[in-house]
Amino acid sequence: MLRAKNLHVHYGVIHALRAVSIHVNEREIVALLGGNGSGKTTLLSAISGVVRPSAGEIVFGGKDITRERVDHLVRLGIIHVPEGRQIFGPLTVEDNLLLGAYQRFSLRDNAAIYKEVEEVYRLFPVLGQRCRQLGGTLSGGEQQMLAIGRALLSRPKVLLLDEPSMGLAPRIVHEIFEHIARLRRERGMTILLVEQNARAALAIADRGYVLETGRVVLQGSSEELLANKDVQRAYLGRARGAAS
Amino acid sequence: MYWEPEKECMDREELEQLQLERLQATLNRVYDHVPFYRKRFDAMGISPEDITSLSDLSHLPFTTKDDLRDNYPYGLFAVPMREVVRVHASSGTTGSPTVVGYTRNDIKTWSNLVARVLVAGGVTKDDVVQIAFGYGLFTGAFGLHYGAERLGASVIPTSSGNTARQIKVMMDFKTTALVCTPSYALLIGDTVREMGIPVSALSLKYGLFGAEPWSEALRQEIEDKLGIVATDNYGLSEIIGPGVSSECLERKGLHINEDHFLVETVDPETLKPVPPGDTGELVITTLTKEAFPMIRYRTRDLTCLLAGDCPCGRTGRRMSRLMGRSDDMLIIKGVNVFPSQIEAILFEIEGTEPHYQIVVDRKGAMDEATVLVEAGEAIFFDQMRRQREMVERIEKRLAQELGISVEVKLVEKKTLQRFEGKAQRVIDNRKLWASPPGAGTASHHPSST
Repeated sequence: MLRAKNLHVHYGVIHALRAVSIHVNEREIVALLGGNGSGKTTLLSAISGVVRPSAGEIVFGGKDITRERVDHLVRLGIIHVPEGRQIFGPLTVEDNLLLGAYQRFSLRDNAAIYKEVEEVYRLFPVLGQRCRQLGGTLSGGEQQMLAIGRALLSRPKVLLLDEPSMGLAPRIVHEIFEHIARLRRERGMTILLVEQNARAALAIADRGYVLETGRVVLQGSSEELLANKDVQRAYLGRARGAAS
Repeated sequence: MYWEPEKECMDREELEQLQLERLQATLNRVYDHVPFYRKRFDAMGISPEDITSLSDLSHLPFTTKDDLRDNYPYGLFAVPMREVVRVHASSGTTGSPTVVGYTRNDIKTWSNLVARVLVAGGVTKDDVVQIAFGYGLFTGAFGLHYGAERLGASVIPTSSGNTARQIKVMMDFKTTALVCTPSYALLIGDTVREMGIPVSALSLKYGLFGAEPWSEALRQEIEDKLGIVATDNYGLSEIIGPGVSSECLERKGLHINEDHFLVETVDPETLKPVPPGDTGELVITTLTKEAFPMIRYRTRDLTCLLAGDCPCGRTGRRMSRLMGRSDDMLIIKGVNVFPSQIEAILFEIEGTEPHYQIVVDRKGAMDEATVLVEAGEAIFFDQMRRQREMVERIEKRLAQELGISVEVKLVEKKTLQRFEGKAQRVIDNRKLWASPPGAGTASHHPSST
């Protein structure tokens, strides 16, 4: 469904991605793992059009989208949920959600859009309870749910999630990942997930790629990556390293 | 029937994307973790990120068996020993063995690939699989063993040898699939006949044979004598062991597990790629190995890549059955033997001339190798006893070095043919190799031509 080949990204003199190739099949959850500065976020941003690759190609549903404008990519269904959630604090929860549908908002289509908002409330009941509350007053976990809900209003074909666990308590992380797994299970969503929390990500992902200094050094099924000693050492901590 | 249909029948374009991703990750890893490859790449001015398509592979240097020897034992491992859960070594060549290692993931991958081989050859989880490969450093037995267990079949690890007992086990345990070398399968078949056991008394259905070349005529003979469908499978320890490629029941070439191995065929002289359908030396790059990745390994095996789809539905490209070697290696009783090893021993032994000839025959099912050695004048006309001592000494040394017994015959000085050009030291009377497409049925061992 989504395929990137030999992507290079430069930030000035910094070579952030070096010939990175990945693919995501329909209804798959794929995890991008790696340390700080390994290029995970850059890769997501290159796919969503936020940064421009200096070389390489991105193909989505058979169409070359490498140089596509960001708003066109959104219309195609490539929806990026950025790191740090980027909620509009002064807006209500509901207005934040409606912003996800900015490209198709019209008085005529209102009803359909509000139906989708109701659906997000069904998925994340806490957002329904707080629909009139300002986004900035939500907890971290709730804001993450709001960011995902807002993305759903853009009718994603593939959801790019950047560090959904960032800054959240372990119990909340678990809850968020449960929601992500449900999106695929119940709605057949295709998800590309960037995560520092490798264990949580691999628990719900089918496959993963490990990036190091802008290059893919490992790829494989979640099971294979969990059993890989480099992954265990670098990203899983020693706790369960011995019991692979 | 497939073991991993989503992989074995993968769409070609998807497969090539997967191969490229795996190739790039492998190159990044060997560059980071194996100084041998880093030095080679640096010397050629190549960086892993320069490889942006599968055809770019041809810019990378080859790896040869000599490289493995130079880095003996662990120099080419890409992980520290604490991550290695298994070590194997290439069969036979005890003087200069090549050592390979596996991580836990490698063993899992290997088991799955061998399960594919077994399923393609007709085996299911309900089969009783007798493994009559020798268990040891050789990859054949353990590879098939783990693959059959992975499949869920019942594994009987009889190992090789003691043919009468093999047959008793086969009858009493109701073995349905036999795994061994083709020459051993033939010996078992002959022994069954000698013991007066009718084929109908056996429960055998399938035979999966490998580790040495075998002809269609031999296949027919084994099938008749054991009442089975016999398939060929190919692998080599340097790459993973068995599981590189195997025949399906169509038996029109061996399907390569291309999601794990990238193959090329090259002209052994010019090292340029040969077009599909032409005979060339098989070169393999591993795509998923963790402990022992190989970049463009020259197998020295001659084959050709076959065009067209197989009716079985697998999309993995097929290679023909082996058509020879691009070096002078002989496979005798399943053991790899190089004439140079024999030569080196003869040089050590006083009283012999540096003229020799190796004659390989197949008596019934078993290979027989004889080394004809010219004796120096000093001893030849002396007493019989000294001659016998010398023969025994050479035979003992050869057995030590080669790991198989070889008969030695002393001949008079200047009775062996002399060569002005390339010496023809090997006479191989076995007909082992498949014919190139379009050629007649007769095939010659390349080292005897």
